Amino acid sequence: MPATLAHEIAELTGEHIVLVAVALSIASLIGIPTGISLTRKEAWRGAVLGITNVVQTIPSLALFGFLIPLPFIGGIGKRTAVVALVLYALLPILRNTLTGILGVDPAVVESAVAMGMTDRQRLFRVELPLAAPTILAGVRIAAVTTIGTATIAAAIGGGGLGVFIFRGLASVDSSEILAGAVPAALLALAADGGLGWIERRFARP
Amino acid sequence: MEPAIAFRDVSYGIRGKEVLRHFDLEVAAGETLVLLGRSGSGKTTALKMVNALLTPISGDVYVEGKPTREWDPILLRRRIGYVIQEAGLFPHYTVARNVAVVPQLLGWERDRIDARVDDLLSRVGLPPEEFRSRYPRELSGGQRQRVGVARALAAEPSLLLMDEPFGALDPVTRRDLQLEFLALRSTWTKTSLFVTHDVREALALATRIALLHGGRLEIVATPREFLAEKSGEARIFLAALEDLSEA
Repeated sequence: MPATLAHEIAELTGEHIVLVAVALSIASLIGIPTGISLTRKEAWRGAVLGITNVVQTIPSLALFGFLIPLPFIGGIGKRTAVVALVLYALLPILRNTLTGILGVDPAVVESAVAMGMTDRQRLFRVELPLAAPTILAGVRIAAVTTIGTATIAAAIGGGGLGVFIFRGLASVDSSEILAGAVPAALLALAADGGLGWIERRFARP
Repeated sequence: MEPAIAFRDVSYGIRGKEVLRHFDLEVAAGETLVLLGRSGSGKTTALKMVNALLTPISGDVYVEGKPTREWDPILLRRRIGYVIQEAGLFPHYTVARNVAVVPQLLGWERDRIDARVDDLLSRVGLPPEEFRSRYPRELSGGQRQRVGVARALAAEPSLLLMDEPFGALDPVTRRDLQLEFLALRSTWTKTSLFVTHDVREALALATRIALLHGGRLEIVATPREFLAEKSGEARIFLAALEDLSEA
């Protein structure tokens, strides 16, 4: 492998990781608190889950396209890519936060209330620790899919490993496609393994 | 003397279905009053009104002379011990931390909590050095229920609510825990409200039995009076007992 190619792979992999990490962080910062508040507000649950579900069904290339003409969040470049990736990562994180907390044994929740915990104490001492493995599983699913979807970000100038793939498609050069696809696949495997390990640590009290 | 708990014309319903109708009952300080009834008779509903897990639709429940609507529910609940079936222990806490929950919420000092936990574990028959750092999943059903009782007693409440606490245990373990409950009770002056559908358990533990049927209070009687009942729901419960021993 020529040194310039190795260098480019390293550079674009780094860009890819940053893109995914930023999108995942923002999605978690929005998704987890929203999921928590939905456990308290049953009336909003259907609407919010419905919207995130619909977003999930938009083909990713189309979503990137839709965002380009929008002011502030749109345009060509990394910012638009991050917005689109956040929208995709939101659903698994939000849904797993919701099911994780609602899935806590009702007898345990009732005990927490009956012993005189405030809503906040119940959340931080009982519900979140017990829902943590499920919430982390949501983050893990989001991470793996975002790593894949992020390759499409190159189509709107978002950079990352997709640059190789689109260039390879344009020049019908499969080695170029592989230079993007293989590191992306390895990244996804690494994220899955790493987050899975953390998840198992949390599952054990 | 003022009753520890008083239900005054309490009604409650869910989705138009009446669960409790014009319920009146006084629980005297220091007694063990058993709410006996079939499934759906409203006994658990009545119990959960005492620590404000449920609020009456009409009427009032008085705890220490004050209606639950006027209590701060958080403070009220911290003063009342609560034991439920399957214990409802926190699976991510050790036995010691489970027992320490309410004292911790009340801001007791560390040393006082540790001493209290060890004392309670010994009193419910779980040697602290062996059980303190175990997790609930490492305990048998009977041991979990013992921890549940210790947790309810931790902050020295004067009032105990027990919702079929021994219902999920095998008959032998249940008998053991019932006997231990009687032994513990002889050492304190707490008021207990105890829910069960097991007439045998009611007769063994109660100072008085309140029999509920279809959301109404049918009779309030001492175990002796209850055994002498000749009619109504009480007779049905007693007949079930006799049928079994004859079979």
